[in-house]
Amino acid sequence: MKTILFLLLALPLSVFASTEVRLDPAPINVRDQESLQRGARVFVNYCLNCHSANYMRYNRMRDIGLTEAQIKDNLLFAADKPGDLMKVSMRPQEAKTWFGATPPDLTVITRARGADWVYTYLRGFYRDDSRPTGWNNTVFDKVGMPHVLHELQGHRVPVYRSEADHEGQWHQVIDHLELVKPGKMTGAEYDALVADLVNYLTWMGEPAKAQRMNIGLGVLLFLGVFFVLAFYLKKNFWKDVH
Amino acid sequence: MSEMSVDGSKRRFLVAMSSAMGGVAVVGAALPFVASMMPSARALAAGAPVEVDVSRLEPGMLLTVEWRGKPVWIVHRTPEMLDLLGKHDDRLTDPGAETTSQQPDYCKNPTRSINPKYLVAVGICTHLGCSPTFRKEVGPADLGADWPGGFFCPCHGSRFDLAARVFAGSPAPSNLVIPPHKYLSDTKLLIGEDQKTA
Amino acid sequence: MEKVINWLDARFPLTASFKAHLSEYYAPKNFNFWYYFGSLALLVLVIQIVSGIFLAMHYKPDGDMAFASVEYIMRDVPFGWLIRYMHSTGASAFFIVVYLHMFRGLLYGSYRQPRELIWIFGMLIYLMLMAEAFMGYLLPWGQMSFWGAQVIINLFAAVPFIGNDLSELIRGDFVVGDATLNRFFALHIVALPLVLVGLIAAHVIALHEVGSNNPDGIDIKKHKDPKTHLPLDGIPFHPYYTVKDILGVVVFLIVFTTIVFFAPDMGGYFLEANNFVPADPLKTPAHIAPVWYFTPYYAVLRAVPPMFGSQFPGVVAMGVAVMIFFALPWLDKSPVKSIRYRGPRYKIALALFVLAFLGLGWLGILPATTLYTWVARVLSVIYFAFFLLMPWYTRHDSHKKEPQRVTDQ
Repeated sequence: MKTILFLLLALPLSVFASTEVRLDPAPINVRDQESLQRGARVFVNYCLNCHSANYMRYNRMRDIGLTEAQIKDNLLFAADKPGDLMKVSMRPQEAKTWFGATPPDLTVITRARGADWVYTYLRGFYRDDSRPTGWNNTVFDKVGMPHVLHELQGHRVPVYRSEADHEGQWHQVIDHLELVKPGKMTGAEYDALVADLVNYLTWMGEPAKAQRMNIGLGVLLFLGVFFVLAFYLKKNFWKDVH
Repeated sequence: MSEMSVDGSKRRFLVAMSSAMGGVAVVGAALPFVASMMPSARALAAGAPVEVDVSRLEPGMLLTVEWRGKPVWIVHRTPEMLDLLGKHDDRLTDPGAETTSQQPDYCKNPTRSINPKYLVAVGICTHLGCSPTFRKEVGPADLGADWPGGFFCPCHGSRFDLAARVFAGSPAPSNLVIPPHKYLSDTKLLIGEDQKTA
Repeated sequence: MEKVINWLDARFPLTASFKAHLSEYYAPKNFNFWYYFGSLALLVLVIQIVSGIFLAMHYKPDGDMAFASVEYIMRDVPFGWLIRYMHSTGASAFFIVVYLHMFRGLLYGSYRQPRELIWIFGMLIYLMLMAEAFMGYLLPWGQMSFWGAQVIINLFAAVPFIGNDLSELIRGDFVVGDATLNRFFALHIVALPLVLVGLIAAHVIALHEVGSNNPDGIDIKKHKDPKTHLPLDGIPFHPYYTVKDILGVVVFLIVFTTIVFFAPDMGGYFLEANNFVPADPLKTPAHIAPVWYFTPYYAVLRAVPPMFGSQFPGVVAMGVAVMIFFALPWLDKSPVKSIRYRGPRYKIALALFVLAFLGLGWLGILPATTLYTWVARVLSVIYFAFFLLMPWYTRHDSHKKEPQRVTDQ
């Protein structure tokens, strides 16, 4: 019964998925501070060159166990002070000229696209010489972004299979991706890195989430007690009514 | 009859307890709203302490930096300037810096500083908020022969010495404010953060 | 304290109002579950106003700053995230509560004589609430905010002859932009709240003038105590219903806070994923849908095909789908008010109406495929038939004898 209800409610939202590409579930745990710290480092080193996170302050990372000194020493490249917002190094107009589209701001990207989408996307790049950057992506066809992490993951090419669609036309679809040039990391190591990065992006999308749930628990406990009291109060007065 | 009074006291108890809990709920609900009016992370970042490098500040020169929207002066006082400082206490309103709100306790001294070499003061006149001009020359014509060097406010004529103390007879009631500050090194100041007592 | 109250009473109807509307306002003693939603609607109104005021302290109604200001509230303002979630959850909660409150009216004939005016004020409140929600939704300036507004304002462009001028007047520009945002902000935080509060006051005043209906649909004023002249089946609103409504409030808050603290996005129904992307006039989303509380009417709009090259018939159908509620007191010809004493025709009609309303709501979220459009057309017919055929099936329905005194079913 619950499954039916879930499917009924979730079905309309599935139309927001951009393609019918199967998304791999992202292993998210926003309470794993070490993972978040590793992800923060990947984010600052690889993503902030072209993307901004204009609504996120560096010093908010104190919430994931970093001191202001650690933030200053390891993560502040494009800013002066830990209280600054995470602005992009590159100018948006330049980025648009080079990549064809302005790289979107990443502060709430996992809230907009979903963590699974971003996780699958970052692991879905393959070589495609028909593209200006030489790269394409299984989740985001003809994406303007190159494979920034190619040195770590290595180069992969698609292996195709033939498939008929519902009108009987045969198409070549990507069956899987094959590694042709290894990177500095193994497949598992790269997946772990992306997991850390997506974990960080998820945390960055809503830094107050842990606090929200903690306070919520307290509020519900209070209301539970209040409910018992209000119930007996009502019963007491309504004894008079016949 | 006794049933009524038992019920009455139980009812009073329930009403009292519910009112108390309701009161707690209202206060608890109000807290986040009141808290939201406190300075935000953006305000805190904009008001964050400012680092100042004074290594290239020449003796006798004044440097102005902005902290929390206010001008903060750093003056590299010469030995001659410091020498003149002790000699006109009788002409000052508050020579001993008794009004403690005007400076941190580590600056409650004759030079109103941590290191006598540098004066760090907020450049806003304590009268009505204008920014005084820096008049370091001794005894100029317009200020009189007994002018030891200091600050003159053009709006209403308040005068301050080179320890930012107000001269008696000025419209300004008190010495200029010394902001919380500390030394990160001999030539690097951090304006906006207190020096921890050693 | 008594002296202070006497001083006030000599100058202001303080005690008199308290008596007339609370401690000596006699309401039927058989109010059930469906009678909680009026006071809950009032609670949600207060939640929206208070959270709205504090959001407005930080929000910037400017096309370049709006989206950023919302994230500023979520991150930099202490507890800003909580106030935001209260307001977004409250908006959806308002419609859930109001729909259930209206449904109570359908169940027990609360719109019947002499309560037609209460119903009319209520319907005006519903219209203003929809406008308020629509304008509020533009403010975060996300993709759904922008494109939802674009689509709905374009409906006004479908009005013959004056359409284009009308939509330009609403937008303040040739396209939805900064001018639209600023004026929607002004209307959302000042104009419509004032109108809403006024209408709600009128709604309650009209109610207290004639007294509340009840689940049996009978008039409690018909049987009064010979000595006190108070209705035998009535009880003073205070303390009995104040105490009962407090319980209702606590239960509501348990549900409300569970959502606010544990699932504020509500699977993308209360806070839509695509609205976390800043508005881009050059990029139309693949799928534009209004927020869930508008989807039944959106489905009706899309079900009607263009006629004579115009979408206007669909717009009219959508408008009629809302406005037809106003006619309810005059369409219902049954001799009894409450569903408890009506015959099977009304019960079936109401059940079909509910299914049609929910079905249309669900279809309004989905893309308009050929199949879905045909289903929407069928459901739209059922929806309109509930109202248009009502004079016939209520007049010829069987009914049970109403009791003289209220029951505790």
